[in-house]
Amino acid sequence: MHFSPMPEQQQLGEMVQRFLSEQYGFDARRKILDSREGWSREIWSKLAELGLLSLQVPEAQGGMAPAVVETLLTATAMGKAMLLEPFLSSAILGTVLIRELGSAAQREELLPAMAAGERIAVPAHFEPGARFDLRRVATAARRSGNGWTIRGQKSLVLHGPAADLLLVSARASGAVDDPAGISLFAVAREGSGVSLSPYRTPHGVVAADVELADAPGTLIGAPGSAFAGLTAAFDQGLAAVCAEAVGALQATLDATVEYTKTRQQFGVPIARFQALQHRMADMLIHVEQARSMSYLAAMRAAEPPGHERRRALSAAKVAVGNACRFVGQQAVQLHGGMGVTDEIAVSHLFRRLTVLELLLGDTAHHLEQFVAASAQAEAT
Amino acid sequence: MDLNFTAEEVAFRDEVRAFITASVPAETRRKVLEGLEVSRDDTIGWQRILHGNGWGGPNWPREFGGTGWDPVRQLIFEEESAAAGTPRLLPFGLKMVGPVIMRFGNTEQQKRFLPKILSGEHWWAQGYSEPGSGSDLASLKTRAERKGDHYLVNGQKTWITLAQHANWIFCLVRTDPAVKKQSGISFLLIDMKTPGVTVRPITLLDGSHEVNEVWFEDVAVPVENRVGEENGGWTYAKFLLQHERTNIAGVGASKRELLRLKRIASEERKDGKPLIADPGFAARVAQVEIELMALEITNLRVLAAEAERRSPGPEASLLKIKGTEIQQAISELMMHAAGPRALSARGGTLAATYLNLRKTSIYGGSNEIQKNIIAQTILGL
Repeated sequence: MHFSPMPEQQQLGEMVQRFLSEQYGFDARRKILDSREGWSREIWSKLAELGLLSLQVPEAQGGMAPAVVETLLTATAMGKAMLLEPFLSSAILGTVLIRELGSAAQREELLPAMAAGERIAVPAHFEPGARFDLRRVATAARRSGNGWTIRGQKSLVLHGPAADLLLVSARASGAVDDPAGISLFAVAREGSGVSLSPYRTPHGVVAADVELADAPGTLIGAPGSAFAGLTAAFDQGLAAVCAEAVGALQATLDATVEYTKTRQQFGVPIARFQALQHRMADMLIHVEQARSMSYLAAMRAAEPPGHERRRALSAAKVAVGNACRFVGQQAVQLHGGMGVTDEIAVSHLFRRLTVLELLLGDTAHHLEQFVAASAQAEAT
Repeated sequence: MDLNFTAEEVAFRDEVRAFITASVPAETRRKVLEGLEVSRDDTIGWQRILHGNGWGGPNWPREFGGTGWDPVRQLIFEEESAAAGTPRLLPFGLKMVGPVIMRFGNTEQQKRFLPKILSGEHWWAQGYSEPGSGSDLASLKTRAERKGDHYLVNGQKTWITLAQHANWIFCLVRTDPAVKKQSGISFLLIDMKTPGVTVRPITLLDGSHEVNEVWFEDVAVPVENRVGEENGGWTYAKFLLQHERTNIAGVGASKRELLRLKRIASEERKDGKPLIADPGFAARVAQVEIELMALEITNLRVLAAEAERRSPGPEASLLKIKGTEIQQAISELMMHAAGPRALSARGGTLAATYLNLRKTSIYGGSNEIQKNIIAQTILGL
């Protein structure tokens, strides 16, 4: 048992942090946020050059997977910088989906191009009314000649408007909540029968709801058996979300400490007041407990599926979710009126933390998952 | 970075588990697992069994007769001990005065006192708090006046855990009332049999006799029983408090109590089904279990830092706060799981344990004091 990253992992972590602090400061990010596209291709290419889009790509396709610690450190740094580019949606979720489900030819075709930043592929999985249930897929796939067509609705497709390919889950068999019968299809974002309703999420990321009206799709891997790959991808995504949240949590705490040391009232910095000191001590405890769970999530996400992996990842999301809510809310409170303005970093961090708590399953959902997995683990 | 035990650590765990399982007396074990009072003989008996196996000082270096285990092995030992239901090793000698004597005591004191801690011959008590000095410990008033080759000690200590069993007590005393309060304190080792020492029980809210007042009236303490410099005691006191906090996360014991909580909640019925199947109750248990999972890793992180820096940092405050909150939450849920039974004679010690554990967020530096330490030392506020 040891907790220090290896020297080369440490170097990568420092390199990512240096890059982001030089090129992705608050003002630089603001420009990207205010741009029409809402993300930067230039930054995306640089992330590719640094090798950060290949963390989850297998060695056979020139990548670094499993890269457990590297992914953890990178995602944490990106959370601190509040990255707007499709790291989570394409470099983690999309990449793991292709890696787990794609044929050898599909992996060869897509993964090196994704790692190079030349193609962006993001999951279009969750549907209106499904909340966070991974199994619930109503979108229908039908054979059409040699191929398939897809019909249905997908919601909250992160970076959908930025993607070349949507990785759409759909079923040709089974009840709406049957894990069996789900297939994954690559659908060209600009293809026929695909219409996007784009918007920005509360944390400023481009997203879309997607309507598929007999859109042609290319089957990824074998039909009807995509559920395991979806679980693997979303578990890896959970680990990345937890790590990203820890970066944002630490930045939020740092900003709050800094602000209360400078803000003067009654002739003293408000950091002198014990009510505020204890609040910040509580924030620190949340951040450190969340950090511990982000480590656990990173380790377990790379292990084979089972009750232990489920328990660890859902537990991590609960602990991180609780921390996101508490630390975010208290940070805004301690910033006073400034905390509710758009001009200060903490309000952006708060929005990020709010979204991260809901993303890939909120605290209540993962508490249920944890209880269910614990009961199953005890029964076996 | 790797959260899993190495092969050597797994082998060590198996060795510890095998020895403990084979060696802890069945009756002692039953008392621990059912939350009953553990006797003086139970505790000393277990210390002797461990000492006989060379494990009397699990947290001590080899040069003083300890095991020389690294922090991970110490943790494994504590976890296995807790899981198996062994009595808690007395912290007052092993984790408090022992390390102080090793670090600041002279060779004579080390030879005289340390072996008797390992063998269980000396049962130490901690004489820190006074009626007027709780969180503001340095304001203590117990006076020690130098009279040639001895000190004359007068005053009152309170909240002295298990002093009714102790034959020695280490005390912070005021040797110079004229200087800044931290600068006039000395660290004395006092034989409880010395004339003028009186122990008076304090009954706690659960009816137990766990803590005491200890009165000193013209108690003569030889100068050779002073550890370190005269008026240097505050430094040693702070060193001791840091060591006291290192193992206060109590992860092993909380894991054992969590299993007990789940067992109780499986046996209790609600609407004909086990209470643990009730989604509301299951969620409350799960929240605590997740906090404990996080604390276990946080504890390992602090241990790893300690191993590198040689001294536990202020992160120990975090472990104290979270560890005690979890202990209290589990005891509360256990009582609630038992429901009306917890209030009846059939409830055993569930309500008493809940009442008793309120102390944990107060002792060892109250959780509010720990937050002050975090604010000042980690956050720099």
